[in-house]
Amino acid sequence: MKTLLIGEYREGKLLDSTYELFGFAAQLGADTAMLLVGSDAQLPAYGGTLYLADASVCGEYSPDLHKQLILEAVQKENPDYIVFVHSSYGWDLAPRVAASLKVAQVSEIVGLVDGGFEVGCCNAKMRRTVKPASGRGVLTIQAGAYPVLQPGGSPAVQKITAAGGGSLEFVGYEAAEKKDVDLGKAEIIVSAGRGIGKKDNVPVILALAKALGGELGASRPVVDAGWVEHSHQVGTTGQTVSPKLYVACGISGAIQHLAGMKKSDFIIAINKDKDAPIGEIADVLVVADVMQFVPALTAKVAR
Amino acid sequence: MKLLVCIKQVPDLESRFKPDAAGVWYNETDLAFRMNEYDEYAVEQAVQLREKLGEGTELTVLSIGPDRVVEAIKKALAMGCDNAVHIQDTAVSAKDPWQIASIISTYVQGKNFDLIFTGMQSQDRGSAQVGVTVAEQLGFACTTTIVGFDYADGTVTAKRELEGGIKGVVKLKTPALVTCQLGLNVPRYPTLPNIMKAKRKEITAIPVADLLTADLLATTTSFHPPAKKGGGIVLEGDVGELVDKVIAILKDKTAVLR
Ligand SMILES: Cc1cc2nc3c(=O)[nH]c(=O)nc-3n(C[C@H](O)[C@H](O)[C@H](O)COP(=O)(O)OP(=O)(O)OC[C@H]3O[C@@H](n4cnc5c(N)ncnc54)[C@H](O)[C@@H]3O)c2cc1C
Ligand SMILES: Nc1ncnc2c1ncn2[C@@H]1O[C@H](COP(=O)(O)O)[C@@H](O)[C@H]1O
Repeated sequence: MKTLLIGEYREGKLLDSTYELFGFAAQLGADTAMLLVGSDAQLPAYGGTLYLADASVCGEYSPDLHKQLILEAVQKENPDYIVFVHSSYGWDLAPRVAASLKVAQVSEIVGLVDGGFEVGCCNAKMRRTVKPASGRGVLTIQAGAYPVLQPGGSPAVQKITAAGGGSLEFVGYEAAEKKDVDLGKAEIIVSAGRGIGKKDNVPVILALAKALGGELGASRPVVDAGWVEHSHQVGTTGQTVSPKLYVACGISGAIQHLAGMKKSDFIIAINKDKDAPIGEIADVLVVADVMQFVPALTAKVAR
Repeated sequence: MKLLVCIKQVPDLESRFKPDAAGVWYNETDLAFRMNEYDEYAVEQAVQLREKLGEGTELTVLSIGPDRVVEAIKKALAMGCDNAVHIQDTAVSAKDPWQIASIISTYVQGKNFDLIFTGMQSQDRGSAQVGVTVAEQLGFACTTTIVGFDYADGTVTAKRELEGGIKGVVKLKTPALVTCQLGLNVPRYPTLPNIMKAKRKEITAIPVADLLTADLLATTTSFHPPAKKGGGIVLEGDVGELVDKVIAILKDKTAVLR
């Protein structure tokens, strides 16, 4: 079995997530070739074939050109699977490649089961097993689901290029907002999720954070709704934290939230839903109404 | 200008999910359905553009599914869409993203839509494929995961959200399709007068058989809960007792309380 792995490169750097693709290919027991729109100066530590296009010519985000490049490498390699990380780069490009080849795409793979791929669904509460109808397919793997594997060595580089305008123009990057709180250094974080119900309840969560001597964190919907500032958001599009104690109040445990806090030493989750996926990684899942439990806990802690 | 927004109706995700008889999707009994969260942002953005452009612009909302999806369609109409298309399909859950996209593309073909809005992903299936695939099938320019949107003179300027809070600014010429991310705007709640007004808006029903030409590219062979990793303790019961137990655990297992 052969895979064509699509590496990732942004703002002049090879992204570490690229190595998760090797971790996946190893579990699949597949041969590999890689394609990267990147640069000579940032080659992956990999001894196989590398189709390399120059990002300064083909752009870092230029999906039409990148698709052309991938289709060219597919012609040469004839892989069974073309594999991306399920990231802003991968979920944008993978369906374009799949549509051009008219093959199935399987998104956000977390496991392999009897000839099929296991993917999350229903907000990570459930799983599906999916099988491409033909032997071929485009796959995206869930970020963080597979081990980082550095095969080592230097690639046999085959330079490729694409030309043409493409249907969109990339104007540039905008830096992330400046953070007024560095949650990365916090030892205790108490985070508010949508389960707290309304903005007026934020002080209740903040009070527990204060009583424990920690900082306030938040899930994305709480930030999007304007209940808490973005600088407190934990997750893939917020901050990555690893405190001694993380208390998740009314947070379901979506993968993008878990990615930001799963390295915490000790996790307590308060959720009225016993099946909430946060229970998968919590050391303690308290099945309760957050607005009843948290004030009661704060009162005892403060004493 | 002609605008289209595609919405999916999904179950309330706080529900308990059980496999259906075939064991390949959820059993719908006892589930409450609502509009996919990502699609609410798509509808809001389309309505805002519709309001900005005023007369001469038409905004259609489209949903594929059984009769229950009309509820979600009505919400979109009450939010400000002009008219609707309900593609009737009682077997929508058995279709793969390629087929769903093909149905939408077949409907769109020849109707001169300028701009299509979709959610970045559906919350139940979460494939993040349908929008991009529609664009690819139609040859529309496309960008994904937008958290900023502006339109002027045939050009969309969109901000894509990347990992870590970085954004990428992109310009696309219409015809174009964008997939909308959480936080793009603040979706409105339909007001009572607008809910009443929406009752008079037209919903065109089309049987899916009229639009489906594509074959399945992928099949689902199982729907099941994740294997329990275990390890964690689950505490249930009286709040007072729960607090005492958690305090004891904090003292015992962490250095947070002494
Ligand atoms: C590309 C991308 C990036 C993202 N980045 C992030 C990110 O950085 N951070 C992030 O957090 N999310 C992110 N998300 C969103 C993520 O997918 C989820 O939508 C989000 O994490 C859900 O937040 P939540 O758990 O607070 O809300 P929900 O999923 O709505 O969960 C609310 C929970 O509260 C519980 N609950 C409700 N009422 C009560 C009560 N009274 N008492 C106790 N429990 C209650 C419910 O059972 C439920 O489990 C991203 C999504 C995408 C697509
Ligand atoms: N049954 C459907 N009817 C209309 N639009 C849909 C349907 N399924 C998916 N979509 C659109 O495609 C987006 C992505 O869905 P998915 O590829 O399933 O993650 C959704 O946010 C919707 O905008």
